[in-house]
Amino acid sequence: MAEVELPVGAKATLIRDGLQALIEALAARGYQVLGPTLRDGAIVYGEVAGLADLPAGWTDQQDAGRYRLERRADDALFGYAVGPHSWKRYLHPPIERMWQAQRTEHGFTVTVAEEAPSKFAFLGMRACELHAIAIQDRVFVGGPYPDAGYQRRRQDNFLVAVNCGEAGGTCFCVSMNTGPKAESGFDLALTELLDGGPHRFLVEVGSEAGGALLAVLPHHTASAEDSAAADAVVARTAGRMGRTLDTDGLKELLQGNPTHRRWDDVAKRCLTCANCTMVCPTCFCTTVEDHSDLAGQTAERVRRWDSCFTLDFSYIHGGSVRTQGSSRYRQWITHKLASWIDQFGTSGCVGCGRCITWCPVGIDITEEAAAIRASSGDSKETGHGRS
Amino acid sequence: MVDPFVPQPYRVGRVRRELRDVMTLELVPLAGERPDFQPGQFNMLYAFGIGEVAISLSGDPAAGGSYVHTVRDVGAVSGAIARLEAGAMLGVRGPFGTAWPTGPAAGSDVVFVAGGLGLAPLRPAIYQVLAQRGRYGRVVLLYGTRNPPDILFRHEMERWRRRLDVDILVTVDHADTSWRGNVGVVPRLIARAGFDPHHTVAMVCGPEVMMRFTASALTAVGLPTDRIYLSMERNMKCAIGLCGHCQFGPDFICKDGPVMRYDRIVDILAVREI
Amino acid sequence: MEGLERIVLAHPFFAGLEAELGEVISGCARNHRFEPGHYLGHEGEPANEFFLIRHGKVALEITPPGQPEIVFATESEGGIVGASWLIPPYRWRFDARAVELTRAIGIDAKCLRDKCEADHNLGYAMMKRFLPVLMQQLDETRLQILDVYGKHGK
Repeated sequence: MAEVELPVGAKATLIRDGLQALIEALAARGYQVLGPTLRDGAIVYGEVAGLADLPAGWTDQQDAGRYRLERRADDALFGYAVGPHSWKRYLHPPIERMWQAQRTEHGFTVTVAEEAPSKFAFLGMRACELHAIAIQDRVFVGGPYPDAGYQRRRQDNFLVAVNCGEAGGTCFCVSMNTGPKAESGFDLALTELLDGGPHRFLVEVGSEAGGALLAVLPHHTASAEDSAAADAVVARTAGRMGRTLDTDGLKELLQGNPTHRRWDDVAKRCLTCANCTMVCPTCFCTTVEDHSDLAGQTAERVRRWDSCFTLDFSYIHGGSVRTQGSSRYRQWITHKLASWIDQFGTSGCVGCGRCITWCPVGIDITEEAAAIRASSGDSKETGHGRS
Repeated sequence: MVDPFVPQPYRVGRVRRELRDVMTLELVPLAGERPDFQPGQFNMLYAFGIGEVAISLSGDPAAGGSYVHTVRDVGAVSGAIARLEAGAMLGVRGPFGTAWPTGPAAGSDVVFVAGGLGLAPLRPAIYQVLAQRGRYGRVVLLYGTRNPPDILFRHEMERWRRRLDVDILVTVDHADTSWRGNVGVVPRLIARAGFDPHHTVAMVCGPEVMMRFTASALTAVGLPTDRIYLSMERNMKCAIGLCGHCQFGPDFICKDGPVMRYDRIVDILAVREI
Repeated sequence: MEGLERIVLAHPFFAGLEAELGEVISGCARNHRFEPGHYLGHEGEPANEFFLIRHGKVALEITPPGQPEIVFATESEGGIVGASWLIPPYRWRFDARAVELTRAIGIDAKCLRDKCEADHNLGYAMMKRFLPVLMQQLDETRLQILDVYGKHGK
């Protein structure tokens, strides 16, 4: 065990117990360590105090509208894809009190809510999730009015990525160029190796902080074999994607087909339940609620997650602009795969497949995009294409 | 730098009833100076404990000291604000949004087309243009509303008309026989307005349907689509591009609008429920 | 009646009309002057003429029973009033009242109808001019009935 400086890009091997030491070292440094845990039949994010909290030996079977956990034949700690939670629940929380206001003799005063400072360590971040955080960084910090709360919660993050050893049934990160290998944005990236040898992880250093932490953990310099084995894991995962999405010209395709018949077709299935927006790691829409006490002396403003699928999302002048489910579905998918590029420079989709898995009627974003592509120009009225 | 999430306290100064359900309020900051604004921009006005609503500024950008807003009572928040009396407090966040192109329009004829309450968000631009009248060619105001009692800023329009260097045409959707003016929709006035379509900038504000018909009528007389500007409206919550509500196609009305150039939006304006 | 022919051809409605057709139409035309408050036509009466407004303003109105008149449109210089002459039973469908001193050219309806029947070129030329005007009035009326300035307008 060497306490040498580990530069960015350095590779090391960490045995299973070393991961326990990693979790403890983070906690000792004041981090709130969050990672995958098993609860209520799903793998969701929660506090992780040690390896015992991780869903060892579990995997997930995912398909459109379907999520089941199954026992694995081995004891992999990260042998599953992503669950219904994403890290946005910590960085962009579902409910946030913004400020309180108090009536005074001459008017009112506003006090901005003081949030307890956070120091998050995210354990088990997938490549798609790293991209999702980078996307939300652009939304919340890249504009003319940065969100100070988001900036605070993003400070001091320690990100431990995991390169996926299992491709989920609804995954398509390869199509979106967001995985399965974590390329950047992490402090440490682990690839789990369970090939008959000791249960261990190939660790790649992604930052100075990552190198500094790894240096105090029990590790060895990675062998060439382990490095190759990790590459093979990633390659295998990449070859087993559950879905694909052709992104070639997709923006123009969606923006050019606002009256396509398919929107009515998907509307017959879509419940506008907003599950997809809740599980999506990049969806960021919120609403504000203004409350006051009965005496009208104090008031507060609370910000909550919202969804473009709700009827009153687009309410103006006594009515909603998007009354039909078809226009709301069109809004969501066009924003995610097309308008997002105009607004923020990249697609809003990272190919994690959550929206497909958690849609109660199994609507598949890749299938809808493909359907539009197959019959581009099919307007509602005429029903015959132009191409 | 003022926190754009937090309403700043302002006191209501003078209040003036414009129409049965339309009030103009003058808002004075409790402390310091009110930030400058461009014509076309809006503030989020906060009625304590009730909520916020986006209201365009309707006063003169050059007259410092207060914000002037013309508010119509159409809901819980706008109603609460419209009923505020002098001395009452409310919160202000802003100003936000894009501006009418009064600067770039220098050297051209300027046509303002306003429908109903749409004259209020245009008024700051009219003030600005009239204050530098020599920089522009013909200045025309076309105004339409429902009926004669609903004519907004009537005395002010009469004052502008007396200047002799502004052409003002007014029409109403219907009237009784005491009305001696035009009856018919605003686009009808365009053919009679007599501006040079090749050297004109048009600024249009009113209900969206009225703006669509007006923009069509303007292009029909030869105005290029990149010389017509509309003021768009959508559900507004944060007003700073973070909540997603005001999206109109790929644009956020709060930061890519509300003033938008017609050529950018002409295609999606026609799409239902976009 | 050379002067009248010139006036007829100068009206925007007949812009670009061939001179010979203009001559024929002028044979059905005469000058009118309406004092303020005078009517060009009343609802239900025979539509003997349609009018090309040269100066002034005409209000088109309808009177619901028990209520005062509602003006739903005005026509000014360059406009035309009256299309009922085209369609049986050739009666005014609303009142048309001069709001201010109005000068107009009246074209005799029966005279023009007879001439159009005899010369279909003339008939087609008239249709080509009338239909766009009627379409535009229809579009404008549709916008009017939307009542965009109502409570949930701007």
